[in-house]
Amino acid sequence: MADEAAPAPELPLRRELLFLTVLVIATCGLVYELIVGTLASYLLGDSVTQFSTVIGVYLFSMGVGAWLSRFVERGLAQRFVEVELAVAFAGGVTAPLLFVSFNAGPFFRVVLYGSVLVVGALVGLEIPLLLRILKDQVRFKDLVAHVLTFDYVGALAASLLFPLVLVPKLGLVRTSLLFGLINGAVGLWSTWLLEPLLPSPGRLRLKAAGVLLLLFMGLAAADRITDYAEEGMYADEVVHASSSPYQRIVLTRGKRGFSLFLNGNLQFAAVDEYRYHEALVHPAMARAARHAHVLVLGGGDGLAVRELLRWQGVETVTLVDLDPAMTKLATEYEELAALNGHSLSDRRVRVVNADALQFLAEGDARYDVVVVDFPDPNNFSLGKLYTTRFYGLLKSRMAPDGVAVIQSTSPLMARQSFWCVEATVAAAGFWTAPYHALVPSFGEWGYVLAAPSPREVVHALPPGLRFLDAQVLSSLSDFPPDMARLPSEVNRLNNQVLVRTYEEEWRRWN
Amino acid sequence: MAALELMRRRELIHAFLGAAAWSACQKGGGAERPQVPGALVDRAFEWGHALRGAAPLPRAQALEPVDVVVVGAGAAGLSAAWRLAGAGVRSLRVLEVDEGPGGTARSGRNAVSAFPWGAHYLPAPTREGGPVMRLLSGMGLVTGVDDAGRPRFAEQALVREPDERLFYRGTWYDGLYLRAGASGEDLRQLQRFEQAMDALSKARDGQGRKAFDVPLERGSDDAEWTALDRLSMEEWLHQEGYTSPRLRWLVDYACRDDFGADAAAVSAYAGIWYFAARHGEGTGSDGYLTWPEGNGRLVAELQRALGPGQLATRALVHAVEPVDGGVAVHAVEAGTERPAGYLARRVVLAVPRFVAARVYVPWRQAPPAFLPAFQYTPWAVANLTVSEHPGGRGVPLAWDNVLYESKSMGYVVATHQRERMVDGGPTVLTWYYPLSAPDVKAERERLLSSGYADWEALVMADLSAAHRDIGRTAERLEVMRWGHAMVRPRPGFLFGPERRAAAVPAGAVHFAHSDLGGLALFEEACHHGVRAAEEVLAGLGGRPQETWL
Ligand SMILES: Cc1cc2nc3c(=O)[nH]c(=O)nc-3n(C[C@H](O)[C@H](O)[C@H](O)COP(=O)(O)OP(=O)(O)OC[C@H]3O[C@@H](n4cnc5c(N)ncnc54)[C@H](O)[C@@H]3O)c2cc1C
Repeated sequence: MADEAAPAPELPLRRELLFLTVLVIATCGLVYELIVGTLASYLLGDSVTQFSTVIGVYLFSMGVGAWLSRFVERGLAQRFVEVELAVAFAGGVTAPLLFVSFNAGPFFRVVLYGSVLVVGALVGLEIPLLLRILKDQVRFKDLVAHVLTFDYVGALAASLLFPLVLVPKLGLVRTSLLFGLINGAVGLWSTWLLEPLLPSPGRLRLKAAGVLLLLFMGLAAADRITDYAEEGMYADEVVHASSSPYQRIVLTRGKRGFSLFLNGNLQFAAVDEYRYHEALVHPAMARAARHAHVLVLGGGDGLAVRELLRWQGVETVTLVDLDPAMTKLATEYEELAALNGHSLSDRRVRVVNADALQFLAEGDARYDVVVVDFPDPNNFSLGKLYTTRFYGLLKSRMAPDGVAVIQSTSPLMARQSFWCVEATVAAAGFWTAPYHALVPSFGEWGYVLAAPSPREVVHALPPGLRFLDAQVLSSLSDFPPDMARLPSEVNRLNNQVLVRTYEEEWRRWN
Repeated sequence: MAALELMRRRELIHAFLGAAAWSACQKGGGAERPQVPGALVDRAFEWGHALRGAAPLPRAQALEPVDVVVVGAGAAGLSAAWRLAGAGVRSLRVLEVDEGPGGTARSGRNAVSAFPWGAHYLPAPTREGGPVMRLLSGMGLVTGVDDAGRPRFAEQALVREPDERLFYRGTWYDGLYLRAGASGEDLRQLQRFEQAMDALSKARDGQGRKAFDVPLERGSDDAEWTALDRLSMEEWLHQEGYTSPRLRWLVDYACRDDFGADAAAVSAYAGIWYFAARHGEGTGSDGYLTWPEGNGRLVAELQRALGPGQLATRALVHAVEPVDGGVAVHAVEAGTERPAGYLARRVVLAVPRFVAARVYVPWRQAPPAFLPAFQYTPWAVANLTVSEHPGGRGVPLAWDNVLYESKSMGYVVATHQRERMVDGGPTVLTWYYPLSAPDVKAERERLLSSGYADWEALVMADLSAAHRDIGRTAERLEVMRWGHAMVRPRPGFLFGPERRAAAVPAGAVHFAHSDLGGLALFEEACHHGVRAAEEVLAGLGGRPQETWL
């Protein structure tokens, strides 16, 4: 037994390999820290605060670990391996654990800082223990120099690997589990490296195998966990994140400005949202006989309203968006309000936080223009908003010479879905005019104009547009062969063919 | 919970639901959770008791003269009244013992939603014509006719997708046939079965009648098909070499769904009829019509035909007796026993046979020979109000949610058809349980000997197998025990002599009820209600009417 008080026996320890161990565990240690920091800012928003508190608590916990190391007196090597295995497990499950606890309930912050504390303290134990194991093997000045060098090199490796390779390629859940596995492997490996110092290496190996097995199982289930956590889509810094009863709202800021995500789906990117919103709003406005009363369904970000307000003659805009959290953000969050030109505070605009289906079914006012800007039909609830029933209700709320426009997913990536929307609108008794525009953040995007009777362009576009002019406007309805019309079934409440088609088509791209 | 009580509970859950439910219930700590507040809401047993009581019920001295009295405001009685009102009969009374109309198609309502107490859907008709189509057209639900001549219905009344899902070992699957893990042989048998049903749904006899049609009356009575009525569905499956457990499950489910009886207790004709006449895809049906209150919506529509004061509820009819100048109908107010009497020119007795045999006075001494042939399945229906939509792994919450390993029928979601963009929040789950074994008497015993605590335990055990935390969201549970819920199409019944004999009028007394159709379904109730009403119209004289049948 490696009793510290006893004179150290000459052991055939492979020092270089032990230093390599230092490198690996240092990398792992920093990776866990980065994972928690990223995850906290990802889930809670406000990355500066999240990162500094997580790093602070983590470093402090390492200090706690270092201090605790003095209480380990006997069986240093054995403890070291055990600590390795514990770090492997605790670090490995951090990301899955945090995602799951975020979705599960109100104790997220407790779990968050709890895991920072545990992982930090365990990592803090590693180096002091190792130093003490090696102190009789290596001259002190070499020992300190080597261990700390490898420690810092490991940190550098982690800080480079993490943003460049790990997060983009693996995502947080897999990274976390993978580094747990590596850490566990180091633990297992050290049972051979430190064999002469270990009283019962066999038992330790069994424990190590257990930890590795658990983490492997986690890795096998990573897809499911990742789906559940919807992680991995934010390349940029998260500046706002909140969860309303309806959705998760995340605002990120990067080189190209703001992006808004709802439940992880990109709603707009500030660089090119003008393309999307000009193409959404103006073709319908140019065709409608009047613009006095406009209805917007969805579109709580206020960007479509900004475009509407460019038109003379708009007397009222009614924006119906289910989620008060979204419209509040668009009204009060300064950067976002600046982007939408403070449109939601305009006196002509009335914001109604209501269910769009119910709003259509239960009211009777008619509108000159209706902008339908819902998320894509990727589930049965949203699918209802793309049915003949919905369009029938829409029609009952439109002026006879009015025009509606419907965002209709990508005619390139989801061609069948796009034409299904068009066919459904037509089946509801509308005259339709499908068109599309290129929005780089989204790709080729599709819209369908719907009117109770055929409508020509009767108004000139308002000044100040960046994407549309008269010529571009007329070119939008040309569909190249790879997006050309496909015969399609009609989407009804009782078949929901669109949701299934949409799922299939987008699966090919993801 | 005391050990003895726990043992009893275990036995109960085992007996009613099967082993899977008990183990799920234990895992979820089901035995220790607090009881969900609620009550039994059935009253029929009290009325039955009053009818069978030794002391005769009071009779009114003066009888109010009316042209027609309809006894029973179930789907059949209301269909009769609807037909009579359509022919301009004004002097009309409908007497119903319950607090409201509907019978087994009754519905309830609470702060969260309306919900059914029994019948909850109607397969969309596949052909024009007939009283059901007339009713649906009147409701504005028929939007047109397709190229093949099939009517099309307003989509908001058709069950919205996802319509059905099936729970098996932790996951919900699409549809009612358990495809997950099915072997090649299973799928081959399924395909063979589907093809057979498709062919049968298209089969017609020499006179051009469909082999299997809705209502039964309209279909063929050729021996080629009616021979199927002599064996049980189970025997037929065996004879045709259908051995796949999954397929047998599906067929058994179908029999229990429409008839409340196991495949062994249902005639093969009826079992096939389910697939070939009413539900089959081959018939090109638009799907099911349903509403939050289930067929309560149809009841409300029928009821609209009645003028003010024509429907009397809480009126227990205890004697219907031919007298000079017509038929005397004696009723007492349920609860107070205050009598009321009518002298009717014609009467429609729209109640099940066992009630008719008790209230039609000449039958009290000499029970009609057909009586024993009519047997009825008991059912339990529970409405559970929950604060949150239940979820689950796999296919999202559907309208009809069925548990493969349970003997219950699963549950339907009252708010499924609600026109909202977001699904979620509080809802009402209607849970169904047929007491489907062959011996209906024993089954009725079983139903009546179980109280609220038992049914609470059963419902919660059953649901928590699929939804662990249902106990946390459960707010209130109400349970209806239907002693005589559905007539049973046992082998030999549909084409035996009794069913026809029972529909023959006794003088000025006419009979209606779904049991005369042999199948407890809205279409049968409506058909027989209208049929009886048209007999009455002929009997009253007056202008000859065009039939609605
Ligand atoms: C649990 C359950 C689920 C069902 N699901 C469906 C379904 O989904 N689709 C479907 O088509 N069918 C379904 N059915 C069948 C349903 O019974 C029929 O569709 C139809 O509603 C039967 O109507 P009825 O008028 O023939 O009979 P009942 O509903 O039995 O009507 C008889 C009426 O007479 C009244 N009455 C009885 N005795 C007296 C008396 N002495 N005095 C006064 N009134 C009296 C009763 O209270 C009742 O209102 C279901 C039945 C049950 C029990």
